[in-house]
Amino acid sequence: MPKIDEIIETHTIAVLVDNEPGVLARVIGLFSGRGYNIESLTVAEVDPNNNRSRITLVTSGTRMVIEQIKNQLGRLVPVARVTDLTDEGPSVERELALVKVVSTGDHRIESLRIADIFRARVVDSTTDSFTFEVTGSSQKLDAFIGLMRPLGLADLSRTGVVAIARGPVTLLTPAAAA
Amino acid sequence: MSEQKMTGAEIVLKALADQGVEVIFGYPGGAVLPIYDAIFNQNHIRHILVRHEQGAVHAAEGYARSTGKVGAVLVTSGPGATNAVTGLTDALMDSIPLVCLTGQVPTHLIGNDAFQECDTTGITRPCTKHNYLVKDVKRLARTIHEAFYVARTGRPGPVVVDLPKDVQFGTGPYTPPEHVEHKTYRPRVDPDMEVVEKAVEVIASARRPIFYTGGGIINSGPRAAELLAKFVRMTGFPITNTLMGLGGYPAHDEQFLGMLGMHGTYEANMAMHGCDVMVCIGARFDDRVTGRLDAFSPNSFKIHVDIDRSSINKNVHVDVPIVGDCARVLDAMIEVWNRRKFTSDQVALNDWWAQIGLWRARKSLRFHQDEGDDAVIKPQYAIKRLAELTAGKDVYFTTEVGQHQMWAAQYIPFDEPNRWMTSGGLGTMGYGLPASIGVQLAHPDSLVIDVAGEASTMMVLQELGTMAQYRLNCKVFILNNRWMGMVRQWQELLHGERYSESYSEALPDFVKLAEAFGITGLRASKKGEVDDVIKKMIETPGPVVVDMQVCKTENCFPMIPSGAAHNEMLLGPGDQGEVSEEGMVMV
Repeated sequence: MPKIDEIIETHTIAVLVDNEPGVLARVIGLFSGRGYNIESLTVAEVDPNNNRSRITLVTSGTRMVIEQIKNQLGRLVPVARVTDLTDEGPSVERELALVKVVSTGDHRIESLRIADIFRARVVDSTTDSFTFEVTGSSQKLDAFIGLMRPLGLADLSRTGVVAIARGPVTLLTPAAAA
Repeated sequence: MSEQKMTGAEIVLKALADQGVEVIFGYPGGAVLPIYDAIFNQNHIRHILVRHEQGAVHAAEGYARSTGKVGAVLVTSGPGATNAVTGLTDALMDSIPLVCLTGQVPTHLIGNDAFQECDTTGITRPCTKHNYLVKDVKRLARTIHEAFYVARTGRPGPVVVDLPKDVQFGTGPYTPPEHVEHKTYRPRVDPDMEVVEKAVEVIASARRPIFYTGGGIINSGPRAAELLAKFVRMTGFPITNTLMGLGGYPAHDEQFLGMLGMHGTYEANMAMHGCDVMVCIGARFDDRVTGRLDAFSPNSFKIHVDIDRSSINKNVHVDVPIVGDCARVLDAMIEVWNRRKFTSDQVALNDWWAQIGLWRARKSLRFHQDEGDDAVIKPQYAIKRLAELTAGKDVYFTTEVGQHQMWAAQYIPFDEPNRWMTSGGLGTMGYGLPASIGVQLAHPDSLVIDVAGEASTMMVLQELGTMAQYRLNCKVFILNNRWMGMVRQWQELLHGERYSESYSEALPDFVKLAEAFGITGLRASKKGEVDDVIKKMIETPGPVVVDMQVCKTENCFPMIPSGAAHNEMLLGPGDQGEVSEEGMVMV
C-alpha cells in the first residue's frame, strides 16, 4: 500500500483573481515553474463591477503538493481567494464539449441516437456532418466522445471543468454576486 | 483635492520622493531619457551611476538590507532590463524589498520587435514578487505607490514597473501615496492566538529545545531581533541562525551556537538533529540547512513561524504552523509565556546544555595556521584577523559567493541585524562588490567591507569605477586563492580531483588594477603582512582593494556533504565522508 504522502490526489481548485493583464500567465507560470500538473483550466470574468475573474483548475499531486499549490496561488499578488472544491464540501462540476461527427448512412443515424441518450444537442448540421453540444461531468463527456469515435468523430473542442460549491457557500462576496 | 498635472517623468520622481527614496541606482538609455531629464531638474533624489545594470540591482539590495527600506533601481528597456534579471532573482530569493523601474518602447511599438524592446513583464514575471506595465499616465503615480507597498509588506520582494516612453512624456494627474491601497493584496501579519498558545505550551515543556531563526527576523525589523533575544533569554534555550539570519541574535551570546547547515557548526547541526522541540522563526528549511530530508531532525516537534504560508510544510512537515510577522508572533509568544507563568524545565535543560558543551568542545571551526611571519596565509586566519581588527567599529560586511562567504559567516560575529549582506538563496557570484556600494551610500560614515574571492570579483570589476567616482568608503577584501574555491572543493570531494576549469587563470594584478581605477590597492602574501594590510585598509579613506593571497588548497569545514544528514558532518580534511549517489546529484 502506498504511503499517505505518495498517494496522488486530483483536486478542483477555484481561484478568484483581479482581471488584469498577465494574471493568467502568473498562474500558469507558477505551475510550469514549480513543476505542478494542470489537467484542466478555465477562466472568465465573473464580477465585472470589481473586475474579478474566476479560474477553475484541476490538478493532481500528493497531499503536500496540493497544499503547496494552494499556498503558492494564494501568495500571488492579484489573487483574492483560493478554494479547494474537492476538500471543502460537495461541489458540482461541469464541462461542455462541441463534437463534430462527419458521416453518412447508418453511422449518421446512430450518432444522432446516442446524442439523444446523452442529452446532447445538435448545434450545426450539414448533409454529411453534425456538431453536437454536450454538457456534463468530464467522465460523461469522455464516454460520449468514445462512442462517437467509430461513428466519424472529426473534430472536438472541450471547455475544461467549471465547478461551484453546493449549498449557500460562495467564492464571491454576496454583494458582488448580486 | 486639486489635481496637479505633471509629465509622466515628473510623476515618477515625485512618487519616488514621496516614498522616501533618497538614492536610486541606475544606468540611462534611450527608453528612460525623460526620467533622466527629470532627475537632472531636481535635488531630492540622488542618482548613483553604476557600470552595469546587475550592479544597480545588487547595490539597491545592499541599500535595502542594511536599512530595511525599499531599494530603488532605474534601468532602460531591452538590455537594461535583461541585465537586471540576475539581481531581481537574487532579491526574490532573499526576500529583499526593491522597486525596479524599467524603460520600455512607446506603447504603440510594444510587440513590434522595436529597437531595445524586450518583453520585460514577461521575462521578470517569475523573478519578481509582482510586476506592472503602465500603459496610461493616469495610472502611473498609483502604480508606483502600489509597487512600493507590495515590495515592502508581507514577505518583501522585488517589484518591476515597466514604463513605456510615451507614458513618461505624457501628462497626467499626481496621486499621493496615502490614497493608494492594493485592491486584493492583504498580507497576513497577526498570528492566530490559539495556535500561539499551543506553540508556547510545547516550548515550555521542551527538554532538548532549539531556536532556529533566519532572514525573517532581519526583514521584520530591529524590534524582531530585540524580541527574539528577549524570548531566547527568558527560555534559556540554545539558538542557531541561518546564513540569512546572522545578526538576528547576538553572536557573542553564550546561548548562540553559530550558524547551522552545510557549513554550520558541529554543535548547531547536532543540536538540530537531536532536539525534541524545534522553534523555527523566519527561516524556510532550505536544502542547505536541512541536508538529507528524511533524516532531518527526526524526533523533534516542529513549530514554524513564517509570514509566507507557502514556506510552511514545503520541504519539512511541521507540527504547529504559525503564519505571521516575526515580531508580532514573538510579541504574542512572550505575552503568553508571561501570562501563563511558564518556566523552562531547568533540569532537562542543564543536561541538554551539557551535551551541547561536549559538541562545542569538538571546536569544529578550528583551523591550522602555521606560525612565523613568512607562513602562507590561511583564509580563515585572514578573516579572523579582519573580524578582530574591525571589532567595535561601525562596520558592515557584504560577501560574494563561495568558500570565502562561508568563512566570513563562520568567523565574523554579528551582534546586530542589518550588518551582514550576502547572497543566500540564489548564490550570486558578484553580489558583494556592488552591494557594498549600496550599503555605503546608506551609511556614509561607516566602514563597509566586501569579503570577496578573486573569481567573484572578476565578475563585477567594472563597479570599481562606481566606487571611484563617488569616493565610497568601500573595501574589497579579496581572499585570492587563484581557484574557484568551492568548485574546486567539490571537484576534490565528488569528482576524483579532476579540477575541470576551476583554476583562475590569467588573473590581473589586483593592486595595479585598483590603481588603474584611481583607487588604493594593497597586497599581503604572507602571514606577517596580514595585520598591517588590514589596518592600512581601514585607515585609508575611500575605496581600497586588498589582494590577500591565501593558501590555494584550503577547504571549507565543517561540512555536511550533500545528501548527508546533520549528524554526518565532516569536521576536517582528515574526515572521509561517503557521498551517496543521491547526494552526487544535488548541488
